[in-house]
Amino acid sequence: MNNSVLDERSRFLRRRIVDVLKEAKRGHVGAALSLVEIFRVLYDDVLRYDPKNPRWKDRDRCILSKGHGCLALYAILADKGFFPREELAKFCQPDGILGGHPEIKVPGVETSSGSLGHGLSIGLGMALNARYEKADYRVFVVMGDGECNEGSVWEAALSAGKHKLSNLTAIIDYNKMQSYATTAEVQNLEPFADKWRAFNFAVREVDGHDVSVLRQALKNIPIENGKPSVIICHTVKGKGFSGTECNLKWHHKNKISDEEIDQMYGELAR
Amino acid sequence: MRKTCLEIVYELAKKDKRVFFIGSDLGEGTLDKYKKEMPDRFFMEGISEANIIGMAAGLAMEGKIPYINTIATFLTRRCFEQVVVDLGLHNLNVRLLGNGGGLVYAPLGPTHEATDDIAIMRTIPHMTVVAPADADEMRRVVNQTIDYQGPVYIRIAKGFDPIVTREEVPFKIGKAILMKEGADALVITTGITLKIGLDAAAQLKKEGLHISVLHVPTVKPLDEEQILASAKKVPVIVTIEEHTVIGGLGSAVAETIAEADMLSFKRFRRIGIPDVFPDQYGSQASLMEYFGITAEKTALLIGELVQMKGKGVEIVQ
Repeated sequence: MNNSVLDERSRFLRRRIVDVLKEAKRGHVGAALSLVEIFRVLYDDVLRYDPKNPRWKDRDRCILSKGHGCLALYAILADKGFFPREELAKFCQPDGILGGHPEIKVPGVETSSGSLGHGLSIGLGMALNARYEKADYRVFVVMGDGECNEGSVWEAALSAGKHKLSNLTAIIDYNKMQSYATTAEVQNLEPFADKWRAFNFAVREVDGHDVSVLRQALKNIPIENGKPSVIICHTVKGKGFSGTECNLKWHHKNKISDEEIDQMYGELAR
Repeated sequence: MRKTCLEIVYELAKKDKRVFFIGSDLGEGTLDKYKKEMPDRFFMEGISEANIIGMAAGLAMEGKIPYINTIATFLTRRCFEQVVVDLGLHNLNVRLLGNGGGLVYAPLGPTHEATDDIAIMRTIPHMTVVAPADADEMRRVVNQTIDYQGPVYIRIAKGFDPIVTREEVPFKIGKAILMKEGADALVITTGITLKIGLDAAAQLKKEGLHISVLHVPTVKPLDEEQILASAKKVPVIVTIEEHTVIGGLGSAVAETIAEADMLSFKRFRRIGIPDVFPDQYGSQASLMEYFGITAEKTALLIGELVQMKGKGVEIVQ
């Protein structure tokens, strides 16, 4: 796993992220780069949405619960036309709408997030509403591995399992690194898949950078009828650049230098 | 009061399909009728307050009006961040019904005594904070929450509290109610301390003092206009709350009159729980007595403050 070569579309989305970094010189870079293929497949192949009508009632709900990964979400939302591409250059600026964590004022952003461990419960509420209304929209919650340290995640998992919400899918960016160190060192999640199974989720593990595998997994949910799904995506923090991959210094980086930006552009051009 | 509160939620749910009920792990038989008649809008989600708030947020984002009921301390302290981010930041129509506001759970100790709930909830933008005085007022409050924008925290008192509010006075969330008018002092109350204020006023009347009693069921948004209008007319102002004196009604009133540049000319005191955790058991009444939140102590304090005529003005000079 994780040795997949990035194709032009994946490089294009990363270029968009580097465009932002070039202006802002800051961001949760590692956490965004591990998410790029997940969002690419969701928005290119899986989700039902209308960029001209972001609150369309029949849309699939896609919550970015690990809000610090927002650069990957902004890149795809801009590409799909939810907001003008020029907004990307105003990341974290007083006159921009795109902050270091996503907020609902951004067209296409489902919930304001940033503090971890909120999204799955909110998604649970949305999924219960769909069941009550007999609506066929689906709910996807994109979460981090470090986020799964939060007890609230497991409270939500208990409820989702109890309610047998097959319209709810958790997607976990399992890049195995959090802010301080590896997840194994900080708060070991293993046996991770078994934990979700024990909470009555149907589980699938995939290479989170292999778009064909991701596509196949995300297009075939629920994994099991009568159960919420979890897709554990094995990913690489900082995926795509020699300097950022598995490098904790890029978890959140300030003062990104012009040289670093040039190097990133250079690697994308190869 | 809790019974009335939940009865109204049931009635609202019967009339309006947007109403959902979420409990944590409430007492056996709670809202049985609701559960039986509207099972798809009734949830008992276990002792998981953080999840319950988020789940309610998700429902509210889809246009529903969830009513959440559990013990007030757990609803305010335990899941504070969920309340701030999920409900406050998103400005959602979720109703939080907190059991045992104040010292109701005196026998159960400080983990269960909601002595800071009003202060906690008051800091959250968009949040409305209401403490009804009795079951009748609870009925009026909860009925208004069906068409009210934003999250609302409702403090539920012990129950079987004496009825002191009046049906004929128009009730509106956000409006203070002038129960009694007098020129010697102003007592400002919230929740069940209205009764204490009224009793103190009756006691002082015997001593020849005429006291205004302003009931403030909605601590946020605060009816500053009415508070200032009433405060203007008297030299002495006392607030009474079954709550820490830090950050609750007394603080809110103090902020209001201070910023209206009135404080130098008034004698102002807060009656409430000092900055401590209750250190003894007993009953709600015994702890109220212990902390001096009584009509007798209020009357005594007002009597003393009225005697201190002109002192406030002297400080200015």
